[in-house]
Amino acid sequence: MQLGTVQVSVQWEVRKKQTPLLSVLTLIGALGIGFLWVGFVFVFLGVDPVFALQKIFIGSFGSLYGWKESLTKGIPLFLISSGLCVAYQAKFWNIGAESQLLMGAVCSTWFGLQFGASLSPILGIPLMFFVGFLGGALWGVIPAILKVRFGMNEVISTLMMNYVAAEFVSYLIVGPWKGSTKYGYPYTDDLPKHLLLGTIPGTRIHYVTLVLGIVISMALFILLYRTKFGYEVRVVGESPEAAKYAGIDFFRTSLWIMIISGGVAGMAGVGEVAGIHHHLSYPGNISAGYGFTAIITAWLGKLNPLGSLLSGLFFAGILVGGDAIQISLRLPAATVHIFNGILLFVLLIGNFFLNYRPVVQIRRR
Amino acid sequence: MAGKNSPKKIQIVQMEQISKYFQGIAANRNIDLTIRGGEILGLLGENGAGKTTLMNILYGLYRPDGGRILIDGEEVAFRSPRDAIRAGIGMVHQHFMLVQNHTVVENIALGDMEVPFFFPQRGMEQKLLQFQELYGLKVPPRAKVWQLSAGEQQRVEIVKALLRGADLLILDEPTSVLTPLESADLFAILRRMASEGHGVVIISHKLEEILDLCHRVVVLRKGEVVGEADTKDITKEELARMMVGRSVVFSFDWKPAPRGEVVLQVEGVTVRSDRGTVAVNQVDLTVHRREIVGIAGVAGNGQRELVEAITGLRKVESGKIQILGKDITNQSARVIHAEGVAHIPEERIRFGTVPNLLIYENAVLKRHHFAPFADVLFLDYEEIKSHAEDIVEHFTVAAPSIRVPMKHLSGGNIQKLIVGREVSAGPALLVASHPTYGLDVGATEYIRKQLLKRREEGEAVLLVSEDLEEILELSDRIAVMFEGRIMGILDRQEATIDQIGLLMGGVRG
Repeated sequence: MQLGTVQVSVQWEVRKKQTPLLSVLTLIGALGIGFLWVGFVFVFLGVDPVFALQKIFIGSFGSLYGWKESLTKGIPLFLISSGLCVAYQAKFWNIGAESQLLMGAVCSTWFGLQFGASLSPILGIPLMFFVGFLGGALWGVIPAILKVRFGMNEVISTLMMNYVAAEFVSYLIVGPWKGSTKYGYPYTDDLPKHLLLGTIPGTRIHYVTLVLGIVISMALFILLYRTKFGYEVRVVGESPEAAKYAGIDFFRTSLWIMIISGGVAGMAGVGEVAGIHHHLSYPGNISAGYGFTAIITAWLGKLNPLGSLLSGLFFAGILVGGDAIQISLRLPAATVHIFNGILLFVLLIGNFFLNYRPVVQIRRR
Repeated sequence: MAGKNSPKKIQIVQMEQISKYFQGIAANRNIDLTIRGGEILGLLGENGAGKTTLMNILYGLYRPDGGRILIDGEEVAFRSPRDAIRAGIGMVHQHFMLVQNHTVVENIALGDMEVPFFFPQRGMEQKLLQFQELYGLKVPPRAKVWQLSAGEQQRVEIVKALLRGADLLILDEPTSVLTPLESADLFAILRRMASEGHGVVIISHKLEEILDLCHRVVVLRKGEVVGEADTKDITKEELARMMVGRSVVFSFDWKPAPRGEVVLQVEGVTVRSDRGTVAVNQVDLTVHRREIVGIAGVAGNGQRELVEAITGLRKVESGKIQILGKDITNQSARVIHAEGVAHIPEERIRFGTVPNLLIYENAVLKRHHFAPFADVLFLDYEEIKSHAEDIVEHFTVAAPSIRVPMKHLSGGNIQKLIVGREVSAGPALLVASHPTYGLDVGATEYIRKQLLKRREEGEAVLLVSEDLEEILELSDRIAVMFEGRIMGILDRQEATIDQIGLLMGGVRG
């Protein structure tokens, strides 16, 4: 850029140190800009932005009801995003958590309907989660094999498999699995009563899955930062060449990464079916896009499973708050997606500023 | 424009007192070079001698920090290759710059300033035929580039340059990717071009092809011109001596020591390169205890692939590799490491470290899998940290703390940490690839001393280096590689620079 006789140039310099204070400041700055931007969207929609943001806050964390719902929606996010942390630390871009969740839901529904009646809850519920884990893991392992053996880009394959799984679920509920007790609605029959997950009274919080989500987050944190496997995951992600040099088996590591990441997403699917809906229904009912939202929460939590607990709760609040304004302000359902998009955008830009700092040089000619 | 439409060709190009510095280090220092039309000039030198830099300056890719360029007596200043092309200079790089999925014609039309905007490839085929008649430059116009052999791709590059009006053609290591037959074809083409009045510059380190093809040769070493001659007046031996120089000082305290049992035995090993060509061809090599074996040679003659085969990073096509009598051919890198092979890799930052992980995490890379740093599942971070502290202390790594990311260390300290990590594993064989490349004097000396210490402690070291001085200072025996073969193995006492220089240039003594 040239202004008269003065030459201005901007260069981006890698920051050597990232202090915790700077991290917090960029986070606050990014969210501030994000909400400002969201505010403009509200103005565009003809709504008072202050009022709308207030509604969102009250609907999510500003009321008891809001907290109950935020926690409920947080459960699948906790599970999925802590699994995605593992995948993303290895730079394995799993965009298919949505379908891994659905396959977990499908497999556990099948298991519950097929064998549930004769099983006690003590045995049946853990088995149901296990089968759900297997379903998600299997669905996740396919792109891993395609990537390592045939060089297929995992972003494409995991993304496309989302559609496959969604169509498969739709086929099951209108076709072979359509429930005999559902008056023609496209649902499966309900799971046996004794296999349904208990909720905290007065809420929809299925506490078994909640506890599972928190425990798994902690376990994956330990896995990433305290075990040989976690070390190898991080080496693979940071430098494939160094991983090769260190004798790390890329194929095996990729498989395990996707077993874990897909598996815990599958468990989230079990929670949604056995804790909330009690049967399989349309894919859009089973998951409110949790598999995609979890991508954001994993990044927002800096790919740390414990961090993704916080970011998961935060984003669950945004989902619930979005519902609230949708109802009270009669805004279109897509508003929430705009929200998510804007927030992800500003957070990524914030991350850029955390990693680089601008160096402005002004020279007189 | 002295382009293809003007019959007048460039008569003379003069580069005067050209200097170029990269971060304070001279790549070219006060170089004078004259290139005449109708002449094939050889630019000879080892890697890093400054040949390519000099030609990149002439082609407008770099701007010189000092000196000037005259074409037919007129001073020129190229801001980019576009200017150089306008002035009639063309360059074919060592790595071809072609779009693999496009046809030959499309590639040639791409970037040509005179083609029409619509249907740029129209009429191109006619022009190609013309070159085929004129110089014997045969290229299949409609074939996709990925279908072509290396020789054909090179011809496409040459045609591309000629079509843009190149009177002076620069070729960077043109035969490095060619088969002998393709090389002969290329030479015939170049001779015809020279007889038509074109100037040709060949960058090469191969003595025989320089003598065979060129009229005149200029030798560069460490950024300076060290010799110039007509090829008919000079012998291979004289050229070799010019190329590698004689300024070798044996400054290290190297004591003769009786060598022990065989540690590494390589028998008839053949390995392919990434491109699928044979990179290592039937190589035999042994390294004993209490011995450093140095592998000399210009880069790209199979040293890297040989090292990768030994350390388990590349598949061995045929042959056998043993460590202490145990067959490790095509074992995984982890198994080979467990058998006692440590490796200081060539690209130390990319392969040897993980820049974003902390120093102590890097201190156990590769050994993270073994006791005492890990049990079945968990890493023992206490043990790892104390090990990292040990390395930092014993190998004088200047680091603020072992808890900072590896990328904060300087090149020399990164290498010291790698050396410390590999040496502390107590390996039977230490493979060191270009261990002091790009390091400052202090770090270089330190690392060379560490290698000698391994030898004195009775262990085996395989040293790969382009730095002849380093090879001669440290090695008990010197193996010279050329085009995937070991041209000869010389004992320290009998090795002379002349001899090594000849072998490096592909001439058996």
